[in-house]
Amino acid sequence: MNETLRHIRSCKNLLIGGIITLVIMGVAVLAPFLAPYDPINQADLLRSEEPPSYTFLFGTDIQGRDILSRVIYGARISLSIGLIAQCMNSLIGVLLGLTAGFLGRWWDDLIMGLTNVMLSIPALVLALAIMAVLGPGLFNVFLALGFTNWSFSCRITRSQVLAARSLDYVTAARAIGYGRVRIMLTQILPNIMGPILVVATLGVAYAILMEASLSFLGLGAQPPTPSWGGMLSTAREQLFTAPWISIFPGLAIFVTVLGLNLLGDGLRDVLDPHTTRRRR
Amino acid sequence: MVAFAFRRLLQFIPTVLAISLIMFVLLNVLPGNAALMAAGAQDRGMDAKYVEQMLKRWDLDKPLYIRYLNFIENLARGNLGRSFLRGENVGALVLARLWPTLRLALAAMLIAVGLGIPLGFLSALRQGSWLDALSMIGAVSGVSVPQFWLGLLLMFFVSVRLELLPTSGYGEGGLAHLVLPALTLGAGYTALLARTTRAAVLEILKADYVRTAEAKGLPRLAINAKHVFRNALILVLTTAGLQFGSMIGQTVIVEKLFSWPGIGSLLVDTIFQRDIPVVQGCVLLIILIFLVVNLAVDLLYALIDPRIEY
Repeated sequence: MNETLRHIRSCKNLLIGGIITLVIMGVAVLAPFLAPYDPINQADLLRSEEPPSYTFLFGTDIQGRDILSRVIYGARISLSIGLIAQCMNSLIGVLLGLTAGFLGRWWDDLIMGLTNVMLSIPALVLALAIMAVLGPGLFNVFLALGFTNWSFSCRITRSQVLAARSLDYVTAARAIGYGRVRIMLTQILPNIMGPILVVATLGVAYAILMEASLSFLGLGAQPPTPSWGGMLSTAREQLFTAPWISIFPGLAIFVTVLGLNLLGDGLRDVLDPHTTRRRR
Repeated sequence: MVAFAFRRLLQFIPTVLAISLIMFVLLNVLPGNAALMAAGAQDRGMDAKYVEQMLKRWDLDKPLYIRYLNFIENLARGNLGRSFLRGENVGALVLARLWPTLRLALAAMLIAVGLGIPLGFLSALRQGSWLDALSMIGAVSGVSVPQFWLGLLLMFFVSVRLELLPTSGYGEGGLAHLVLPALTLGAGYTALLARTTRAAVLEILKADYVRTAEAKGLPRLAINAKHVFRNALILVLTTAGLQFGSMIGQTVIVEKLFSWPGIGSLLVDTIFQRDIPVVQGCVLLIILIFLVVNLAVDLLYALIDPRIEY
C-alpha cells in the first residue's frame, strides 16, 4: 500500500515538475510572440512605475518598461545559463568521475582530493571570486558557474562506475577485447545515465538560482538585458513606491526552480527507487 | 577520541593549503591590473614610471610562486596583506566584519534547528497527514525560493506594510534588525533540515531495535524520544554541518540585501572595487568558518555516536 502511494506521489512530482519546466521552456522559445511589448526599447518615462493593469499586466518598471514582457524574455537568459552551465559541469564531472572510477590508482586519488577541496568551498563564494577576477557580465557568469559545480556529477559518476566495474557485462566486454575507452563510453556510461541525469536536472535549478543571485548582486547580466535576478537588483529602493517590481521576476525564478527541483526529485524516485529516501 | 581529533586536525592543514593555493592562483592570474586600477593608474594615463612604482609597492613585479610563498608566510603569521584601495590591514578589516556575519548565521541556524528538526520529526511520525503534506510542500518551496526575493517580500510585508521591524541595517546591534535577515537566511536551511529529519526518522522507524522496543512494551513516547529521535539526530547532524557551510556562502546575498555589515557585504563591495587582497581575505575567512564548522561536526559526531570508534 505504502509502496503504491509512494509511486503515485513520485509520478506526481515528475508530472508537475515536467509540466512547469515545459511551460517555461515554451515561454522562452516563443518569447517574441508572447511578449506584448519590446522588453528593452519600450522605455516610456511618462508611464514609469505604473501598477498592474489591463495594459500592463505586471505593471511597469522605473523606466516605464512592461514588466511582463521583461519577465517573458528573462526566461531565455535563465534557462540558457542553467542549461549551458550545467552541461559544462556534467561534461567535466562525468569525464573526471568516469576516468577516476575506472582507472583508479593515483588518478582516482588526485580527482577525489580535488573534488573534496571543491566541495569545501561554498559554491557562491567560489563563483564570486571568479567574478571578481573576470569582472561583471553575462559571459563571465557562464564561466563562473560552468566550472564550479561539477563535484556532485563527478562523485555520483565515480561511485556508479565503481559499482559497475566488476559486473558481468564489463567483464564480458573485456573478454571480447574491448579497449578501456570503448568500455567506458559504450558499456558503462549508458548504464549509469539515470543518476547522472538526476544530478544534472537539480544542477540546472541550482545554476539558475546562482545566476539570479549574481545578477541580483549586479555581477551578472548588465542592464538593460532583461534578467530575472537583475530586475530585482534595484527593487529594494522601489519597495515603497512600486512593490510589484519585486514580485513578478522573483516569482518567475521561484516557479522555474521549483519545477526543475520537482522534476529532478521525480526522476530520482522513478529511476532509482532504492535510494529514494537515502540521499538528502 | 583524542587521537581521532588529532588526526582530523592534521587533515585540516593540507585542505587549507590546497584551498589557499587555488584561491591565490585564481585571484592573481591577472598580472597587476587590479592593483593598478585600484591605485588610479588609469587616471594618470598609465604613466610608465608610476605603474612600475605601483607594481613594486605591491610586490606584483615578482613571479607568482614567490608571491604565493610570501602570501603563505604572511598567512601563517596572521597577516593577510593590505588593501589596494585603502592601504589598511586586511586582517583587521575582515575581522571587524566577522561578528555580524557569525551572529546572522547562528541566528539562522537556531531558527532552522528549532523549526526544521521538530517539523521533520512530526511529519515522519504522522506520515501522510495534512501536517506532513504541508510541511513537505513547504520544504520543496523553501529549497527553491531565491533568498533575495524572500527577503524582499518579508521586507515589504513586515517592514513596509505592517511597519513592525526596520527594513535594513544593523542598528545598535539589537534583535529587531536581526529578525528579518535571519529568517531569510534560515528559510532554505529549515526546509532542508525538515526534509532530512523526515527521511532519517522514516528510515529508523523501520529498524529492528525500534521493533524490539515496541515488543518490550515501551510506551510510544519513550521509543520516539530515546530510540528514534537520538538515532535520527546522528544522521541529521551530518547534513546540518554540511549545509551550514553553504549557508555561510549565502550570507553574502542576505547581507547585501539587508545592508548588513558582515563579511559578505564587504566581499561584494570590494569585488566591484577590484580590491583583490580584501576579496582574498573575505573568501578565505568564509571558507575557514566552513571548514571549522565541519571539523566541529565531525568531532561532535564521534562524541554522540557511541558505535563509532576511532
